[in-house]
Amino acid sequence: MLNPSAVNDTEFEQLIKDVHQIGQTVVAEHATDVDKNARFPREGIDALKTLKLMSAYVPKEHGGMGLSLRQVAKVCEILGNYCGSTAMVYAMHKIQVACIVHHCMEEDFFKTYVSKLIEDQRLIASATTEIGIGGDLLSSFCAVEAENGEFSLTKKAPVISYAEDADDLMLTARRNPDAAKSDQVGVLVSKEQYEVEPISDWDTLGFRGTCSSGFVVTAHASESQISPVPFTEVLSQTMHPYSHVVWGALWSGIAASAVAKARLFTKNAMRRNPNMPPISSIRLAEVETQLHTMRNNVYAAIDDYTALLERGDTDAFSNFGFTIRINNLKINSSKLLIDIVGQAMMICGIASYRNNNDLSLARHIRDAYGASLMVNNDRIMMHNSSLVVMHKE
Amino acid sequence: MNIEKVREILSTHGRLTTPVDSLQDDSDLYQAGLTSLATVGLMLALEDEFDVEFPDSALSRKTFGSIESIAETVEELLE
Repeated sequence: MLNPSAVNDTEFEQLIKDVHQIGQTVVAEHATDVDKNARFPREGIDALKTLKLMSAYVPKEHGGMGLSLRQVAKVCEILGNYCGSTAMVYAMHKIQVACIVHHCMEEDFFKTYVSKLIEDQRLIASATTEIGIGGDLLSSFCAVEAENGEFSLTKKAPVISYAEDADDLMLTARRNPDAAKSDQVGVLVSKEQYEVEPISDWDTLGFRGTCSSGFVVTAHASESQISPVPFTEVLSQTMHPYSHVVWGALWSGIAASAVAKARLFTKNAMRRNPNMPPISSIRLAEVETQLHTMRNNVYAAIDDYTALLERGDTDAFSNFGFTIRINNLKINSSKLLIDIVGQAMMICGIASYRNNNDLSLARHIRDAYGASLMVNNDRIMMHNSSLVVMHKE
Repeated sequence: MNIEKVREILSTHGRLTTPVDSLQDDSDLYQAGLTSLATVGLMLALEDEFDVEFPDSALSRKTFGSIESIAETVEELLE
């Protein structure tokens, strides 16, 4: 399952420059409008497609760019610098790509799908939560109903990010109508195979461009589009660690962008009064240490996860210690994001509080609060509270 | 013998939604309603009963996934 990088440092450096270029000229350009109107960041995502970034995690032997997880995380971090919503849409798409690449490449349908993903640079959304389940990804009410090689599925999802702008949708459901709630599979359907009917809107404080409304999804497709691997395995081996890594990475990009504004403010203050270091320079030094921690937590988790992928021991992913560490990454990153943006606001002062200003951190602070609420930190903490009692170092 | 004891402990501490008697040795305990909180009580009871300590390598979702798997782990720890 390990996906070693097929891109050397020089090639990756060039890619990073290109992503920055798109970030500055396209993503940042539309970030305010995306946020203001809570609309899909079409321009940014289209620009990423020109760099073939939608299939960047697909290994070279399957025709992709072959980026490693660390490299994908770097791309997410850079995008976070320019627009939290664009970065979040990209990260969520990448999680789905990783699930397919790690678990489904033995299946003809998914192999063909990956070729299409590379060719058309398709965007994948996902519907993992369900109304009435209470946020537990490992339970479903809805079930795959198969007949004559085809299946139907109806799911009421409280949240599907960018459902109306995606090309494909991954849904979890019970394996069949008689299966237990936890006996789940993932299915991948293309936009001509499903319909979404909105049941709630997405007028939120932050991450407004992710367009994460609720929908009733009705899908009808071929049985070959059902992932062969039980969803519990996909979740523990890929979706859980991969999502917390890419989220942590993009959140550190948002934090870095706030710190950059704080640095700019402090530089200007020191220019005006070179003899006395302003209090903001001390605050800046403090907030830098937090950003340092935030980034290092992401890198530590990448090393941890990569070591397990290298070992190839699939049971190790459900080890309580690993689960706790990955959960801690999410809890720490999301808390640090709020702290760092808050500190940067203290440094920049009232300028950061304004909406229409180069030093504005209004969008940053609004996005920041979303991080601890999407997969609520309290829910994660409750789960960890059981695991930590059993855990041995 | 361990299997019977594991079943007994599971019925006291597992807080399952399905009666333990109706489960096979290899039935999925998570499907039978085992939660992470109940796993704590289950593990503590197993450690007390068999006078063993579960090492980090045995602390995974898989270990507590079935009666069989719990009994096998206990067996290994007793050796």
